[in-house]
Amino acid sequence: MSILHTVNKSPFEKSSLDSCLKYAKGGSAVLLYEDGVYAALKGTNMEDKVKSAAQGIKFYVLGPDLKARGIADDRVIDGIAIVDYAGFVDLSVESDKVSAWV
Amino acid sequence: MEIEVNGKSFETDEEGYLVNLAEWEPGIAEVMAKEDDLELTSEHWEILNFLREYYEEYQIAPAVRVLTKAVGKKLGAEKGNSKYLYSLFPYGPGKQACRFAGLPKPTGCI
Amino acid sequence: MSEEMMEGEVVKKFMYINRRAPYGSIYALESLEVVLIGAAFDQDVSLAFVDDGVFELKKDQETAGIDMKNFSPTYRALEMYDVEKLYVSKESMDARGLTVDDLIVDVEVKTDAELADLFDDQDVIFSF
Repeated sequence: MSILHTVNKSPFEKSSLDSCLKYAKGGSAVLLYEDGVYAALKGTNMEDKVKSAAQGIKFYVLGPDLKARGIADDRVIDGIAIVDYAGFVDLSVESDKVSAWV
Repeated sequence: MEIEVNGKSFETDEEGYLVNLAEWEPGIAEVMAKEDDLELTSEHWEILNFLREYYEEYQIAPAVRVLTKAVGKKLGAEKGNSKYLYSLFPYGPGKQACRFAGLPKPTGCI
Repeated sequence: MSEEMMEGEVVKKFMYINRRAPYGSIYALESLEVVLIGAAFDQDVSLAFVDDGVFELKKDQETAGIDMKNFSPTYRALEMYDVEKLYVSKESMDARGLTVDDLIVDVEVKTDAELADLFDDQDVIFSF
């Protein structure tokens, strides 16, 4: 896998996800964590943007951060994979490099 | 700081409040009360248990006036007044009782 | 503080505007603590939840996995502190796919235009 992009800011408050998606190339991966997990929520005004980006990029979201914020798994956009901390580590190790959009 | 209870030691902050709320056990209240020259009765325990339930539900140590009101609602007006609560906990039902019950210092208590 | 206030004769309207999600920064928790401390002064207090602030009230928060304190149950204690006026922005809720059924407390839903009027009507505004 090429680059793992990580986003930890709310897409409604900061432009981190927008920046990330501008530079994330097809075949790379995006991991949403901390307030970044709100981008994975269904039914928001960000959903279309995330869904269209997800056609070329694999999206992951950190489960413990979803749970902390009260977001049940069935509120997560279909196709986004929920991972735990070990999964986060695996993704980092599998990737050539990590780009953190803080 | 720390407090010795039944051969175990528990960490407390500089004001004597338990640092890790999950560690609380009844013996801690007994030892803290003894240090304040108090003997815990069932009336004390009624309030301490009430505080622990309150914290469990709302994740906050109530301010004295909120505690007074809430005790009145649950245990009756003869207990839901500051005279009664201060008679049990002379250093303040907020500060002293919360400390015995293993709660943090009430928000807003200086 | 004025003498009138000490005697409780002057009651001012305080509005706390909450704009941040709960765990990514300290704002939400700090605001809640300020509200609880301020409640001792018997003022006319309102809370508005706008932008990501609406996420503070999301039901079912479970924080054991991120090793932080879940302070969302404390919003349900506000009523006992005589803080009863809670407003959420309709536009902010819609943008985030939330409905009042998602929230841990009863709130009044207001449009941003209605909230603007409400803010206009206050004596003091704190923004977090």
